[in-house]
Amino acid sequence: MSAHAEEHFAGSNKLFVSIWVWLVGLTLVEIFLAYRPMAIHIMLTILLGLSIIKAALIVAYFMHLKFERLSLILTIVPMLVVCIVLLFVFFPDSFRSSNLRYQHKEPPPVAPAAEEP
Amino acid sequence: MSTEARAVHFPAADWNGGALPYRVGHRKLGMWLFIVSDSLTFSALLIGYSYLRASNNWPTPFPFYPSIVFSSVMTFCLLSSSLTMVFGVSASSRGDKAAARKWILATIAFGLTFIILHLIEWNHLIQEGMRPFFLPEHWVKVFTGPDGKPPTPLFGATFFTITGLHMFHVFTGAIYLSVVAARVKKLKHEDVEISGLYWHFVDLVWMFVFPLIYIMSVDVGGHLAR
Repeated sequence: MSAHAEEHFAGSNKLFVSIWVWLVGLTLVEIFLAYRPMAIHIMLTILLGLSIIKAALIVAYFMHLKFERLSLILTIVPMLVVCIVLLFVFFPDSFRSSNLRYQHKEPPPVAPAAEEP
Repeated sequence: MSTEARAVHFPAADWNGGALPYRVGHRKLGMWLFIVSDSLTFSALLIGYSYLRASNNWPTPFPFYPSIVFSSVMTFCLLSSSLTMVFGVSASSRGDKAAARKWILATIAFGLTFIILHLIEWNHLIQEGMRPFFLPEHWVKVFTGPDGKPPTPLFGATFFTITGLHMFHVFTGAIYLSVVAARVKKLKHEDVEISGLYWHFVDLVWMFVFPLIYIMSVDVGGHLAR
């Protein structure tokens, strides 16, 4: 590998500024969404979708992964995605444990009054 | 790189030693592997937070001011710090070390602003009575469910753990960048690029922490203000 190739850092400053504008814009969309009335699972899906897009922009352009060798991308990204997906194995249990808790539906028991003799 | 070049270099020759199979130095590969492992740390924490949130009555206490205003400005600081960092790395690749140092110092300034704003925001919540295992009394009254289920005190534990660990990363990143800025003329370009990788990673984590911790816990109806 030549010294010149070692020093090369692809991407112009104009490109990086446009990525930054996109990231700030998507953040503003997220803040706007926070105050829209919507079901929590829809909100979560949209927010996570936007976060993944933002993360991908940062990794691809700011962290320069888009311009690296394909072998490096294939070594890093799929392994990470698989591990994170595996962490979700535990997740359904959260709904079960919610139902296992004491439900606080009834007032706490009171000691019965002593009977008159 | 072209498909043809990959076909020539990728399968055997690169892996016989004496070459860099990924076309990155061992330090840069090491940083990438560290970033992968640190991503899993934050993923585990955020998924643990989601688990607790789904299995409890979760309070949503953050008002527009100060919480959301502060966290949004903090997000802006981190995004801008990534931009100045990438300018610094770009200047370093051109061999303009003086400009690289200036951009890295700007990055550190944004990082420190982030930490100061975050500490002020923490202080607001602590003043209000939030602790790792206790909620302020008026939060408990407002957020008790219709079935009488009280809000979970774990709100504070997850909040302080996740944002605290992230703040620690920003802090260590600022120290790391200070060393790089001080020694930038002696360092190789790739070393500057590696410090950039770490800094962008800190920014990347915040892209998940901000919506999941702050945006999802906005007090939309203004329940606490009433």
